[in-house]
Amino acid sequence: MTRRLTPAQAAFARGLTQPRLNRRSMLGLSGLTAAGFALSACGVEGQGGESTSSKGFWDDKKSNGRVNFANWPLYMDPGKPELKAFTEETGIKVDYDEAIQDNPSFFGKIQPMLAQAEPIGYDLMVLTNGIELNKLIGLNYLAPLDHSRLPNFAEHAADVYKKTSYDSGNRYTIPYASGITGIAYNPEYVDREITSVADLWDTAFEDKVGMFADPQELANFGLFYTGVDPADSDQRDWIAAADALQEQRDKGLVRRYYSQDYIQPLSNGDIWMSMAWSGDIFQQNAEEGTNLKFVVPEEGATLWSDNMMIPSTAKNPVDALMLMDFLYDPEIAAGLTEYINYITPVPASRGILREKAAEASGDEKETLERVADSSLVFPTEEDYAKLHDYVPVTSENEEEFAPLFLAVSQA
Amino acid sequence: MTTATETGPGAPDAGASATGSVRRPRGARRRPDWGKYFTWTVLCWLFAPIAFMVVFSFNDIAGRHNVTWEGFTLRWYSDAFAYPDLNVALLNTVTIAVLTMLIAGFLGTLLGLALGRYRFLGQSATNLVMFSAISAPEVVLGASLLSMFLTMNLAVGYWTILIAHVMFSVSFVAITVRARVLTMDPSVEEAARDLGATPLTTFRLVTLPLLVPAITSGGLIAFALSVDDFIITSFVSGSTQTFPLWIWGSTRVGIPPQVNVMGTLIFGLGVLLAVANTVLARRRSR
Amino acid sequence: MTMAATREGKRGRTARLAPYALVLPGWLWLALFFVAPIASVISMSLMTGGLAAGYTFTFEIGNYARAVELYWEQILRSLLYGGLATLLCVAIGYPVAYWIAFKGGAYKSTYLLLVLLPFFVSFVLRTISWGFILSDNGVVLGTLKSLGLLPGDFGVLNSATAVVFGLAYNFLPFMVLPIYAVLERMDHGVVEAAHDLYAGRVQAFVRVVLPMSLPGVFAGVIMVFIPTSADYVNATVLGGADNTMIGKVIQTQYLVNNAYPLAAAITFILMAALLIGIFSYAKALGTEQVMEVQAR
Repeated sequence: MTRRLTPAQAAFARGLTQPRLNRRSMLGLSGLTAAGFALSACGVEGQGGESTSSKGFWDDKKSNGRVNFANWPLYMDPGKPELKAFTEETGIKVDYDEAIQDNPSFFGKIQPMLAQAEPIGYDLMVLTNGIELNKLIGLNYLAPLDHSRLPNFAEHAADVYKKTSYDSGNRYTIPYASGITGIAYNPEYVDREITSVADLWDTAFEDKVGMFADPQELANFGLFYTGVDPADSDQRDWIAAADALQEQRDKGLVRRYYSQDYIQPLSNGDIWMSMAWSGDIFQQNAEEGTNLKFVVPEEGATLWSDNMMIPSTAKNPVDALMLMDFLYDPEIAAGLTEYINYITPVPASRGILREKAAEASGDEKETLERVADSSLVFPTEEDYAKLHDYVPVTSENEEEFAPLFLAVSQA
Repeated sequence: MTTATETGPGAPDAGASATGSVRRPRGARRRPDWGKYFTWTVLCWLFAPIAFMVVFSFNDIAGRHNVTWEGFTLRWYSDAFAYPDLNVALLNTVTIAVLTMLIAGFLGTLLGLALGRYRFLGQSATNLVMFSAISAPEVVLGASLLSMFLTMNLAVGYWTILIAHVMFSVSFVAITVRARVLTMDPSVEEAARDLGATPLTTFRLVTLPLLVPAITSGGLIAFALSVDDFIITSFVSGSTQTFPLWIWGSTRVGIPPQVNVMGTLIFGLGVLLAVANTVLARRRSR
Repeated sequence: MTMAATREGKRGRTARLAPYALVLPGWLWLALFFVAPIASVISMSLMTGGLAAGYTFTFEIGNYARAVELYWEQILRSLLYGGLATLLCVAIGYPVAYWIAFKGGAYKSTYLLLVLLPFFVSFVLRTISWGFILSDNGVVLGTLKSLGLLPGDFGVLNSATAVVFGLAYNFLPFMVLPIYAVLERMDHGVVEAAHDLYAGRVQAFVRVVLPMSLPGVFAGVIMVFIPTSADYVNATVLGGADNTMIGKVIQTQYLVNNAYPLAAAITFILMAALLIGIFSYAKALGTEQVMEVQAR
């Protein structure tokens, strides 16, 4: 270990570090933090917490009558009818916060606090399956779920959500809403039917193709193109997929790598087709009267879930668990689905939506029927058969994975 | 630069033609004032996205995407505060900006006063640090502050945003105040002291009033920088939302017209200030 | 007599200590929240490790080698875009500042306010608005296309042009203000004399006005070049697949990829590249002078 400090630097490091950095805070230093102050201590130790069994975790916990819920923007009706119903039924107050804009930055914000075993201010949060969730699980930052307290989930959740590759057996998470990443195109500009991932590589669409910037989403489509199942891929497959994506890029097909704002350009013709999320396309067609087409391509597409989970440092885990289960009541799930328009993990809510539609009239009836009948909200068996899980990226293999695809999207 | 050499010098000459046509007969042939056309063209360019924003704050859209004209409505104005989170974000932005203005104004004034008036050890180092703080790229400041806050066990959020904003705006205040101190006539203060005023009284009754314009403009710069900051804030905000952050986040689902409304109202406030300023300036010059 | 002497002595001591008392709070703030974080980035850039395993200070110069190897293109591109946007700002901002300063007359401050007014609207919102305006079939291009003035496949959004113009747009006031400040204080008599002295207007401008206004231009260049080179908002909103700037890479490596040592190394390289340039530039000019112009 070579450390050369000028006297000024040394004094600086001493002056700022010694009073503040004791052993405990060194242990707790977050990844980001490692920082200059570690000069004197030569580094930062591992970030993981201790793993606890489900039983051990819940033994001394009880309901406190309140729960802090962090969710994504526009992921629940602004009137929050589902939360009001919950409060009415249980007396538990819910503090709802649209605090999550995207997975990585939310993870970046909570990770340091979790590393210090400190509460993050939320008892319930929603994150997508992917690198960040894998890290949260791998680092033991999540409370193991007590399934004896999740009867609605056991009864009403569709099987596909009970055996996911990222959290098999739902040890830490249950889905809030799911969606398909497939291909959307604008038939105003594309004059043939799009059916396959290979169409994204068709030079007829030069400068008119949108791809996702997220390394995992991008990788999945590269893998489909090269004929590999993402959930079952290894490093060699990743390299091949990155090469294929690079080729697509070099041909000048890709207009932009979008992080999330692809819908507008797709609707007005800046791009003609794009990787897309099912619910976005449903909403756009329903609300803007556009006629965008969404396809689950023949090579395959991915099913992702935004999952509810409880941080291990939560102050009100019991209340959070109760809310999680409450959202699996088919009535409640139907209400959420009506607003969110993404795939619900509760198939029984389809019947409820149909019942509601039968009772309603006019616009509302139309909306409810549209939701209940849509294969984007309730995918067909045929579609489900084509859906795959993500590449299992963890903090161990992230170094080999992410840079390959960032090199494509950020060149 | 070529544009400058072509249009620039035309301006004073055209000015001479208006006032001094006798002295310079060839100026009697009125040349078109290219500088004026150019300036107005640039102003049109500057106002283009603003016009877009204002017009679309009256757009009667049905869905979530506010980009094609679908008819006139005022309902977004009566419904301006429909998104509680947006309101909170706006409130955060304003309160942080006011606090930034006050704190940076105070610290910066002291710094500027010392730098302008005294020779002291560490003076050039202070200048250097301030200069670096002004010129360091935002993404660098944001990234390094984030690592720093986490090291100090500070949970990022409202207060870390405030700390960051004060940090990057304090140098602007200091420089503004220092410039004023340097050009201040020392004899005024001497006169006060000769009349028996204590240093404190001199400062309060003579120095401070002379500095007020500089402190005000420095404070306003701090306010403006704070309100508009996106990059640094996005690093140190935690789960606290500000106006720019909320807008950025809402691009995912479509920016609601309420954002245009608030943008328009803020812009309107700016216009009012500008008009008031112009009227005052004219009255003063009369 | 003695009393006066004590007072003198006391005042002397106060005068000696006064500057330190005045600068102390500001010093502390800047030391804690500017100098220390920068130092932490430098240290981070020399570490190895990962989120799960922790980070160790190993004096890992390799992070820098990797940063340069992976991202030299984005770094150069950012400096290029920043440079072009700065040139554009000079080309647009100088004539405007000149005209307002010399021809604005009673409306000088009104014109200046008009230039600043658009910037009351949030930076993010302005940039996103440009995205909508420049869209292939949007308000402007769509109209021109339907009038047959542009070919149907014409587009500017998601190109280097859109990014550079967006950058220039967003940072124009930082160029106009310092140039205006210098020109406005210029003695108009000198300009008049120059006109008498040199036959041509161009001569008078090149020999007298331009040299005198250079400090303003220099200050403006600093104020525009640094933020434009490090910006990523414009490149994200207005750029396309081939326009990624280094600021976006830093942001991604920090917040998405959690590759802190690499991110810190890129950060440091960017900062060093910009600051070395600026400092040699300021040295040649005198830091104080540049800073003073900035203040106005």
